[in-house]
Amino acid sequence: MGYALNFNLIWRHFDKLWGGLLLSLELAVISIAIGIVIGLVLAVWYVSAGRVVRTVIAAYVEFIRNVPLILLVYLVFYGLPTVVDIAYSAQTSFIATLSLYSGAYLVEVFRSGLEAVPSGQIDAGKAIGLTPWQRLVHVRLPTMLRITLPALSNTFLSLFKDTSVASVISVPELTYGAQWINFNTFRIVEVYLVVTAMYLVTGYVLLFALRLVERRFRAAR
Amino acid sequence: MLGQILYALPFLAQGFALTLWVSLLVVVLSLIAGVLMGVGLIYGPAPLRWAVRIFSDTIRGIPILVLIFFVYYGLPAVGVHLQSFWAAVLALTLFKTAQVVEYLRGAVASIPKGQSEAAMAIGLTFRQRLAYVIFPQAFRRFLPPWINGVTDAVKGSALVSLLGITDLMQAINQVIGRTYEAMPLYILGALVYFAVNYALSLASRRLERRFSFIRE
Repeated sequence: MGYALNFNLIWRHFDKLWGGLLLSLELAVISIAIGIVIGLVLAVWYVSAGRVVRTVIAAYVEFIRNVPLILLVYLVFYGLPTVVDIAYSAQTSFIATLSLYSGAYLVEVFRSGLEAVPSGQIDAGKAIGLTPWQRLVHVRLPTMLRITLPALSNTFLSLFKDTSVASVISVPELTYGAQWINFNTFRIVEVYLVVTAMYLVTGYVLLFALRLVERRFRAAR
Repeated sequence: MLGQILYALPFLAQGFALTLWVSLLVVVLSLIAGVLMGVGLIYGPAPLRWAVRIFSDTIRGIPILVLIFFVYYGLPAVGVHLQSFWAAVLALTLFKTAQVVEYLRGAVASIPKGQSEAAMAIGLTFRQRLAYVIFPQAFRRFLPPWINGVTDAVKGSALVSLLGITDLMQAINQVIGRTYEAMPLYILGALVYFAVNYALSLASRRLERRFSFIRE
């Protein structure tokens, strides 16, 4: 092999990786926040809507889930501005894409969560005279959120990894930082070892924190 | 516009064929590697179990894109020279193997313990227990998620376009570079990926329903 590991250049440019990691987290947090809103609205709409609306929502979900994320990223960044007269930065474009992407996954999560709310709770809500809207806000949604919390944290973790695709439109997140160091210092093995460790450690810290939150809010059985 | 796209169709079809070829290779290779490693994880001695666990958790903990760059740029750095096509296949296979390991682990774990105890009680050897008792049942649990997971190989294969391999994604980008018809071509590409993956996920759902008679 004859390859001597030398991490000096990696540490010299570590700000690229550290800043990249923070940006990756930022992209994932903003996207899941918007994705949760999309998912909630569409899931609630889906369970109470007629066939046409259901078909449209299902088409959105299936389309997003079955197309590669990189193609969606290109489509929104390079494709959309050629037909619609809007201008946006690569970062905004990626956040929009990842929000729509996570929204499609979360519609499914929330929809099955809503169906898993015990009907006894809804009946109890009716019995004490809550309006349908009050039943939704005070009974169904809180219980549904507790039920879906584990799925929600899994979605967040995979979104965090998906932010690496932002590098293809030069958003300076962690994978972009890795490529920059790869091309400019040629300490290739070292940079990918460090970046692998950064993704893994961040992922496990997030997992641990999210599990704590889950335990705190676990659905009462 | 339509003329330009029609003119590019054979080129796009070639790209699509490459996408399918990469996906097929990855799916077959990862199935073999994943089943071997999965059996090692479930029944192997502790060091082997640990090795597979670390492999699987590491691979699943990093983005596929990082894995692809690591393999593509890293291997030549340590003196291993692969064609970019095979580097891409290797990286995607590593990613997919970790998935297969987890599907298999889940499927085998879902088979009640009584099954293998009963097989032991009637004197079947380890191999016989696997071949006649555990695997036939675990197979039905393994198949639906595995077929659904093939879509991940097809979607992941679009990332090999970043290594200059002319798969469907790269073919689309090249045609756009020539014709500037970005939107129609991206939509065309999306529809092609969608058709393949949606068919796979429908097949997965159908199998799941068919095998749903199996209870704990």
